[in-house]
Amino acid sequence: MGPFIAQFLTGLANAAALFLVASGLSLIFGVTRIVNFAHGSFYMLGAFIGYTVMQLLPGAFGFWSSILVAGLAVGLIGVIVEMLVLRPIYRAPELFQLVATFGVILVIQDLALITWGAEDLLGPRAPGLKGVIRILGEPVPKYDLALIAITPFILFALWYLITKTRLGVLVRAATQDREMVAALGVNQSWLFTGVFFLGAMLAGLGGALQLPKGGADLLMDFNILASIFVVVVIGGMGSLPGAFIAAVLISVLNVFGVRYMPQSTLVLMYVVMAVVLIIKPYGLMGRKEVAGEHGQVGEPEQPFSPFGRRGRLIVAVLLIALATLPFLGSKFAMILAIDIIIVCLFAASLHFILSLGGLVSFGHAAFFGGGAYAAALMVHYAGSPMELAFVLAPIITGFLAIIIGWFCIRLTGVYFAMLTLAFSQLLWSLVFQWGEVTGGDDGMVSIWPSPWASDTTVFFYLTMIIGFGGILVLRHAAHSPFGYALRASRDSAGRAEATGINTKRVQFVAFTFAGAMAGLAGTLFVFSKGSIFPTELEIGKSFDALIMVFLGGVKTLAGPLVGASALSLMQDYLTRFEYWRLALGLLIIAVVIIAPEGIAGTSQKLAARWGIIRRDEVQ
Amino acid sequence: MTSVLEVKELSKSFGGNHAVNNVSFAVGAGELLALIGPNGAGKTTCFNMLMGQLAPDAGEVLLDGENLVGLPPRAIWRKGVGRTFQITATYPSMTVVENVQMAIMSDKKRLFSFLPYARNLYREEAVTLLDLVGMAEQADRAAAILAYGDLKRLELAIALAHKPRLLLMDEPTAGMAPSERIKLMQLTADIVADKGISVLFTEHDMDVVFAHAHRVMVLNRGEIIANGSVDEVRDDPLVREVYLGGGTVFADKEESENA
Repeated sequence: MGPFIAQFLTGLANAAALFLVASGLSLIFGVTRIVNFAHGSFYMLGAFIGYTVMQLLPGAFGFWSSILVAGLAVGLIGVIVEMLVLRPIYRAPELFQLVATFGVILVIQDLALITWGAEDLLGPRAPGLKGVIRILGEPVPKYDLALIAITPFILFALWYLITKTRLGVLVRAATQDREMVAALGVNQSWLFTGVFFLGAMLAGLGGALQLPKGGADLLMDFNILASIFVVVVIGGMGSLPGAFIAAVLISVLNVFGVRYMPQSTLVLMYVVMAVVLIIKPYGLMGRKEVAGEHGQVGEPEQPFSPFGRRGRLIVAVLLIALATLPFLGSKFAMILAIDIIIVCLFAASLHFILSLGGLVSFGHAAFFGGGAYAAALMVHYAGSPMELAFVLAPIITGFLAIIIGWFCIRLTGVYFAMLTLAFSQLLWSLVFQWGEVTGGDDGMVSIWPSPWASDTTVFFYLTMIIGFGGILVLRHAAHSPFGYALRASRDSAGRAEATGINTKRVQFVAFTFAGAMAGLAGTLFVFSKGSIFPTELEIGKSFDALIMVFLGGVKTLAGPLVGASALSLMQDYLTRFEYWRLALGLLIIAVVIIAPEGIAGTSQKLAARWGIIRRDEVQ
Repeated sequence: MTSVLEVKELSKSFGGNHAVNNVSFAVGAGELLALIGPNGAGKTTCFNMLMGQLAPDAGEVLLDGENLVGLPPRAIWRKGVGRTFQITATYPSMTVVENVQMAIMSDKKRLFSFLPYARNLYREEAVTLLDLVGMAEQADRAAAILAYGDLKRLELAIALAHKPRLLLMDEPTAGMAPSERIKLMQLTADIVADKGISVLFTEHDMDVVFAHAHRVMVLNRGEIIANGSVDEVRDDPLVREVYLGGGTVFADKEESENA
């Protein structure tokens, strides 16, 4: 009984920081509809700033005021981010802001590296709370007990703020209908800024509060991101009590997981999330997201049509030019081109469901990595030749998409996004922890192409054929009746259903199709590298695809290709420098602010304005 | 007269509120039937049950004798019921003609075909329909930039795409300028007369109703209180009371009982 209770108390103590960070994310999303990828970075900054201030202020008073100072400082950083980065792009297409927040992650990572160095910082112990207390013979850190005691006060304070104060009334009103709040004379900009301050401050407090337990390091931002997404989704987007319950649930579960099933701790969290969402699709205490209640942001999409003769000619010329690369460029250039074609296909497959289907998936890496692992497993265990893997791996990925889609398609909007994220994390943790089969962290190596294709030049042409073939198939599908049915389901589900279209079935098929195409990209990837590691299934990989699609322009068919090429080239060039993340992050933020329709979208607009192309030629 | 649609003892309650209470009526072949009533009378609830968006608590909806209750909207559409929405619902990312083509593709069960270019499919049929509602010259404009009256006409063309037997129109002229209203309803009346389509529509504009309806039903507090020709309904004292007396029928009854 003793160990059991001790474990339980540890779980409760861990919940404190998790709840703080998650409630901040939930608040920000509820009011601004921004999925703040940079929330983990605020948490990390809280830890670093708290650490520094603790060095300056001595004693128990110093310790606790350092935590407050860290919270306030991070809150102010949040305000700066909101005003400089997000304000200029509120009128951009929905969810576009997440690209900017991704840029912020990169910037903060390098700024933290410059300021605090690469080494992990061991958090100072809380003065006066250094020892342990024995409960039923088991040692429980005093600090844990203090956290457990503090958490209800934080919950109460937040609850009071949200339900009893004017700011709270505004926040709740804006969560329900922000346009109405604006119509009633509330200055939206400052409300958003205020909420950002509050949300970032909560994250900062969380980061500083966990210092004695976890310290501060540069991986904290991504490490907590998955957990807080899970907490917010299980609790229900925008619900504080929900976030609290979910934080406790997940933390306790993790502690017991580590003790009783160390092989599957990571999987456990996502399994719980999937189960909760299958039973309660909008989280424990969330409410259904009514489609369109917040209004479509940005201009409506232009109708598009297949390329005319001129367009096809241009594409053909470009492809022929690319095909001469082996004669002109170096081997390195070919490898870079292979990489770019592969990510283009990956981004195009995400674009298909994201843009045409209106289904924003945060877990598309599941299919890229899924295809890669399917091919690698076939080669490794069955000695399958490359040709067979190219046929079967995408099909297997398609089946994977059927399974994941079956759970996800019933949801919409951000819940859909989060559940896809959960499933991709589930797959990642499976691969990561099932080392006997997948090699775990060490990955799988020696997955080489067939002898005839092992020469770089040959493989380059193979990649061109398969990669552009896949992209053409996706593009053609967009112009086919199926693509139209998919857009119809997105544009007006009510009209579509009232004219005989089974919108959910159409979306399900599209999800499967896009999954299979991402699997094809993954298969190309594994043979081009000869190896595969779990990183290809990570959140970062899914985010990469999202960034590419948004950066290029969601509302154009060329967007994903432009975005994928641009991001890959920027990465390739900038990673030569020490602080490349800072540069890349700033570059992304700059592009986002200058070109809110994405690179392709904005250039088409400009071209139309300057009379280079006619408006109706914009595709 | 043979009836296309027959509604039998349809009821729906929300909590204790009988939104639609034991409503029965029939729509004859080629008939233009108006369903009117003050706000909150239950018109929209009634419509949503006919279209399969809301499950009735009791009652039957028979289309040529076949029960539609329990079917989703898309299945009811496939049985030959078209509809227009009170607030227009079209596909803003497509052109006008593509909006109509989409409905035809759905009717021809081409939704899952990957091979052809959708923009070439059934284009002539779609343009013919647009011509019918006077929208042919706008065929290649984006639906997103249409004026509201044009959107209403586009919706009508979409609703005709699968050659329906019955059209359900929820406030077809809502949000339009008065002169446009009469024109749109005239157009609808001409088309359905030409094609022999039956129409059930709700409407607040009495000019539209009295000018075009073959028959008028009046719904109040979930019950049909009048059902007859335009003149009969116009002269019905109960209807006058409902419309002019502000829905005080029940209060008056109580008073007269007390007296």
